[in-house]
Amino acid sequence: MPGPVLEVRNVHKQFPGVKALDGVQLMVERGEVHALLGENGAGKSTLLKILSGAQVPDLGECLLDGHALDPADTPLARQQLGLVTIYQEFNLLPFMSVAENLYLGREPTRHGVIDWKGMRTKARTMLLSLGLDVDPEMEVRWLSVAQQQMVEIARAMTQSAKLIIMDEPTAALSSREVDVLHDVIRKLKARGVSLIYVTHRLQEVKQICDSFTVLRDGRYVTRGAVSDADVKDFVRLMVGRDVEFVKRSHDAPAGNTVMSVKGICTDRDPSGRHATPLHDVSLDVRAGEVLGFAGLVGAGRTELARILFGADRCDRGALYLNGRELRPLRHPAQAIEAGLALVPEDRKQQGCFLEQSVSRNLTLPSLKQLAFWRVFVNERRESELVEHYRLALGIRMSDAHVAIGTLSGGNQQKVLLARCMALNPKVLIVDEPTRGIDVGAKAEVHQLLCEMAARGTAVIVISSELPELMALCDRIVVFREGSVTGVVSAADANEAALMDLMAVGHPPMPVPSPQPSHG
Amino acid sequence: MRGDVIAWLRRYGTTLFLALLIVFFTSQNQRFISLRNLTNILTEGSIYGIIAVGMTFVILTAGVDLAVGSLLAFAGMAGATIAGLLGAGTSMSWIVALAMAILTGAAAGYLQGKAVTSLRIPPFIVTLGGMTIWRGATLILHDGAPVSGFDSGYRWWGTGTILHVPVPVGLFVIVAAVGYIVQRYTRYGRHVYAVGGNPEAARLNGLNVAAIVTSVYVIVGVLSGLAGFLQSARLGAAEATAGSGYELRVIASVVIGGASLSGGRGGIGGTIIGALLIGVLTNGLVIMHVSSYWQQVVIGLIIVAAVAFDTFAKARR
Repeated sequence: MPGPVLEVRNVHKQFPGVKALDGVQLMVERGEVHALLGENGAGKSTLLKILSGAQVPDLGECLLDGHALDPADTPLARQQLGLVTIYQEFNLLPFMSVAENLYLGREPTRHGVIDWKGMRTKARTMLLSLGLDVDPEMEVRWLSVAQQQMVEIARAMTQSAKLIIMDEPTAALSSREVDVLHDVIRKLKARGVSLIYVTHRLQEVKQICDSFTVLRDGRYVTRGAVSDADVKDFVRLMVGRDVEFVKRSHDAPAGNTVMSVKGICTDRDPSGRHATPLHDVSLDVRAGEVLGFAGLVGAGRTELARILFGADRCDRGALYLNGRELRPLRHPAQAIEAGLALVPEDRKQQGCFLEQSVSRNLTLPSLKQLAFWRVFVNERRESELVEHYRLALGIRMSDAHVAIGTLSGGNQQKVLLARCMALNPKVLIVDEPTRGIDVGAKAEVHQLLCEMAARGTAVIVISSELPELMALCDRIVVFREGSVTGVVSAADANEAALMDLMAVGHPPMPVPSPQPSHG
Repeated sequence: MRGDVIAWLRRYGTTLFLALLIVFFTSQNQRFISLRNLTNILTEGSIYGIIAVGMTFVILTAGVDLAVGSLLAFAGMAGATIAGLLGAGTSMSWIVALAMAILTGAAAGYLQGKAVTSLRIPPFIVTLGGMTIWRGATLILHDGAPVSGFDSGYRWWGTGTILHVPVPVGLFVIVAAVGYIVQRYTRYGRHVYAVGGNPEAARLNGLNVAAIVTSVYVIVGVLSGLAGFLQSARLGAAEATAGSGYELRVIASVVIGGASLSGGRGGIGGTIIGALLIGVLTNGLVIMHVSSYWQQVVIGLIIVAAVAFDTFAKARR
């Protein structure tokens, strides 16, 4: 069949107060991976929702294989036509097996009852054809995020999908898992399946996509071939201007050691939360320094951050703040009291109170300072504080009483940073501070972290993006499987050497290290 | 424009409905709006209204307390029994009874809160157990028989007036005002909302989640105890069957008032409107000679409709 698999013409969508889409077009050729690019609020999500059948456009038409789609289609009807969307939050049933999830609602039957054996065989064949080594009888809740994603893809294939839409598929994956995903995508392409790919990792667009469309402020900007553009072009097209990222000058005078971590160990976690056990982790953080934690997912970086913050227990080890030993922290309240602050990894699950106002989200831990007799909240001082940080951080919101859940990811992250800054911490730990936020906001977050450091705060940044760490940090601590495999000064760090430390555990060349690495 | 109307209705719809009901019942029977009838509605409503203030805190933490009706009976019975033993013949027996009822409520609430936080049993199960435990304990306490014969000082708490305002109504106003201030203007109030909205995030912000959750069960326990004392004073007897079915009215008041059973959303203001709505509805239906069988059907339908509208309005946002 000639012609593009999907064509979207002149689509408009108006929400109360916002024109989400204003005459947008999109074309996806057969068997290509098409990147849909744009900042948060550019209209990507609305367009995807219209394609998946979750929303109805005010105007315009979508053609799949040359046939106009009925705007009133339900998401289920769209799936049956071969247009399948895989969201960031997966739609799998955790207590059912992989095979059951693959054929949910379309279970193969024999004599009117479910043909369990046939279903398992078909599931295994499908998984193997995608190169996935997953037991079809395993319950989905035991799978890693990456494996669950693969099950979603396999499910799309059992529905004989023509076009798969993937919304931020790599946001929560380690680089090894990203490679696996890219392999699977190439296999899908080879079968003639088309993909629409949404990602904030622009490097990835170069690696895996064939063509791209850029949206900005609800409008169509351009369509092009990926081979003719580079990452800088993407950014310029998305933002409409050039974005300046801070590059730390690596000669900042190192201050005194603020926090020392000595010999932190955890044994295997009995709670079954899949936490990585830590082996004898020691490190120092100095005032005014940005210290990076590099490592693959599961290397133990988040686990260490949570232990330092008192959110989880460790079995052995000591923590010194300004040379004074802290009793092993048992609760985040003690950590906050001692001058630590944490912006957690998962913004929605661990950071935000999504239904509550920006103001309440921002001031929660600082209420003690904002209250008369430590009891009654002084709302005037509270709103002054919120206003101060709104201006200082450029938080974009209509007013401080809207629910934080209505803000973009970047603005939510700024509110969480402001929450920590209001505590005047000695040590600030930020876990994946720019995950899932757009380029403009990312540059602003980097700027803020550097400013915090310049004012003498010791900043610890956990990130899975090496270029981010290399641009932002003074020193980078590399983790692998619960151990520190190296401490590298950012001035002489290079991506390949860091990758070696992360993946193999020893450097290809001598790197200064405070302790012998145990690999 | 339509979105604005829906948002406005979501906010003030219950109040509007309450006003319409009052107009409707008055048009059906002038007697409805008489001072005497209104006093009646308020006195009746204030007993479970007091508990509903406490229940708002519980529901804000995504919990629920099914035991309030039984606890009302148990605390009232405990107070009356002890007062009878210690204070018989003295005019101050109400002090003993009031203190005992409140202490009993606090202790029972604390036990339930601890079971929720330390043993990690879902609140629904803990308080379902509590519901039969406290009812059973009430029957054991006085062998199922009522305790009566209170002196006038005791009776005043249920039947007396201050400046023409019935004492229970005055207490309800005080409890509601204090509850409103605590919820709206104190750190504790903020903490309750935070724990209900996202317990993990609350913990990472340094809140002692277990202590806050336990405390809301103590609050509702204390208020159930107070309500038990008032009820016995009003009826002139502490009865083993007192307060049966109150848990449903109390929870309905909170939910009609706009609170979400999944926590973090709602408030005392809404609860008070919800409690008044149920009071007006029950009383109005009686005045219109609607049979008590049908009353139950109507009240049930209104609870479901209120929540259905809220869900609808939320989806439209």
